Amino acid sequence: MLTNATSRGVLAGSATPEGLGVALEARHLSRAIAGKVLVDDISVQVRQGEVLAVVGPSGAGKSSFLRLLNRLDEPTGGTVLLEGQDYRKIAPQTLRRRVGMVMQMAYLFPETVADNIAFGPRQHQESISPEQIQALLGRVGLPGYQNRDVSRLSGGEAQRVSLARTLANGPTVLLLDEPTSALDDASERGVEELLLSIIRERQMTCVMITHDMPQATRIAHRTMILEAGKMVAIGPTEEVLHAR
Amino acid sequence: MLAEVMHSLSGDVLVGLAQAGAAIGLCLVVVLLCRRFAVHVERETVISLVRGLAQMALVGLILALLLQRHVLVGGLILLAMMGAAAVTAARRAQGIPDALRLSFYSIAAGSGIVVAGMLATGTLSPNVAALVPVGSMIIANAMNSCAQSLERFRSEVTAHVGQVEAGLALGADPAVTVAPYVERAVYASLLPRLDMLKSLGLVWIPGVMAGMMVSGASPLYAGIYQFVIVAMILAASGITGLVVMLLIRTRVFSPAAQLLLRPAEPRPVASQVSPLKESR
Repeated sequence: MLTNATSRGVLAGSATPEGLGVALEARHLSRAIAGKVLVDDISVQVRQGEVLAVVGPSGAGKSSFLRLLNRLDEPTGGTVLLEGQDYRKIAPQTLRRRVGMVMQMAYLFPETVADNIAFGPRQHQESISPEQIQALLGRVGLPGYQNRDVSRLSGGEAQRVSLARTLANGPTVLLLDEPTSALDDASERGVEELLLSIIRERQMTCVMITHDMPQATRIAHRTMILEAGKMVAIGPTEEVLHAR
Repeated sequence: MLAEVMHSLSGDVLVGLAQAGAAIGLCLVVVLLCRRFAVHVERETVISLVRGLAQMALVGLILALLLQRHVLVGGLILLAMMGAAAVTAARRAQGIPDALRLSFYSIAAGSGIVVAGMLATGTLSPNVAALVPVGSMIIANAMNSCAQSLERFRSEVTAHVGQVEAGLALGADPAVTVAPYVERAVYASLLPRLDMLKSLGLVWIPGVMAGMMVSGASPLYAGIYQFVIVAMILAASGITGLVVMLLIRTRVFSPAAQLLLRPAEPRPVASQVSPLKESR
């Protein structure tokens, strides 16, 4: 387990992976519904292995922006490039395997933990062995949980299963929509440390929404601030947050 | 043709009108009793009674006119009834695109297959007098099944947006993400029909059997025929519920597999009935 001292700045303090290619690029991304602008002309590049935090007040368009990145919602302007390819040319099902998402709530399916983890691969006629499921559960700190009914899990455990379920698809980009905000303090810290170690270990590209500035400081290489759907600041996390 | 109508308006009709008058009288007594307990249904009851009598008299008159017509005329009447049924059922599908057209296809499939099967096996005589009343019963139940499955599907999906989108975010096809709600919707639409079949003869003796016995048919045959009708109603409802769900389940998604059906914005409550006000 990472301690406060060791976890702080583990990624944020490390250099932005400049040498690596762009994994994900939002290009003039916008979304408006019934005349209301939710996301307003956002352009940003996220490099391979980089963690970008998205912060801002409630209603700033953070979740709306994130949902555009895996096309859960349709942009009304602009587009997203995944490793240089316009994501509208990729089948949504394939795109969402490559760009995994962990939501604020776990939203597990009412079956066993193993069924939930096998769900993603099963959609693409791929099998995942019991050993692979055990290994994933071990990785998220829930060894031996495979046959548990999800209704018996605590909030923190459910969120760990949700993360394992997303990882089972083998995504290259991970979208995190305030994955610890619905948890109590102890679970929040545990899930955050788990995320941090998995991101570091797999060198994952990650876009994470958080309302917690210290969390952004601990996890993200760069931070982007949204207000009323517009990007008002972006840069290295410490600099951006100190400038506010 | 006029002679036929005039004939049907003879003695029987006068007796029927007298019986209807007595039935209305009894209903009005009930309305007066309700009024004593501050339950005011006078206006609604009078309107309903007048409308009911007028509608049934009109249907009787139309059937009297069409009784000897070709069976295709009966088919056209049923087609019009399916259209009206689709309009009613589609009202339960707010926010679901193309609901009217798909409801019509489903009701037409459910009731059409069953009525055609009954005609083919001789269970239903190919004449207007038999086809229209029996067909209308089947269409009415197919309509209810369609409306109930649409309403249940809509409420299940809007209550489980998180689960549906979690499935989509994992790369699932839209149909897979709503499969549990399709299952629940079809089951919910069949339940009243299954209960109807279970309680047949124990709790109620339906109209067809009663009508056949009044007309002098053997009670045993009337009972078995009534069972056949209720079983056909169940079959038509099942087909309608399944077809409407198969057609609708992917219509709540965009071509890019995005969920379009969302819970309605909560409306401000204009007024709430106070128990104090109610007891006054």
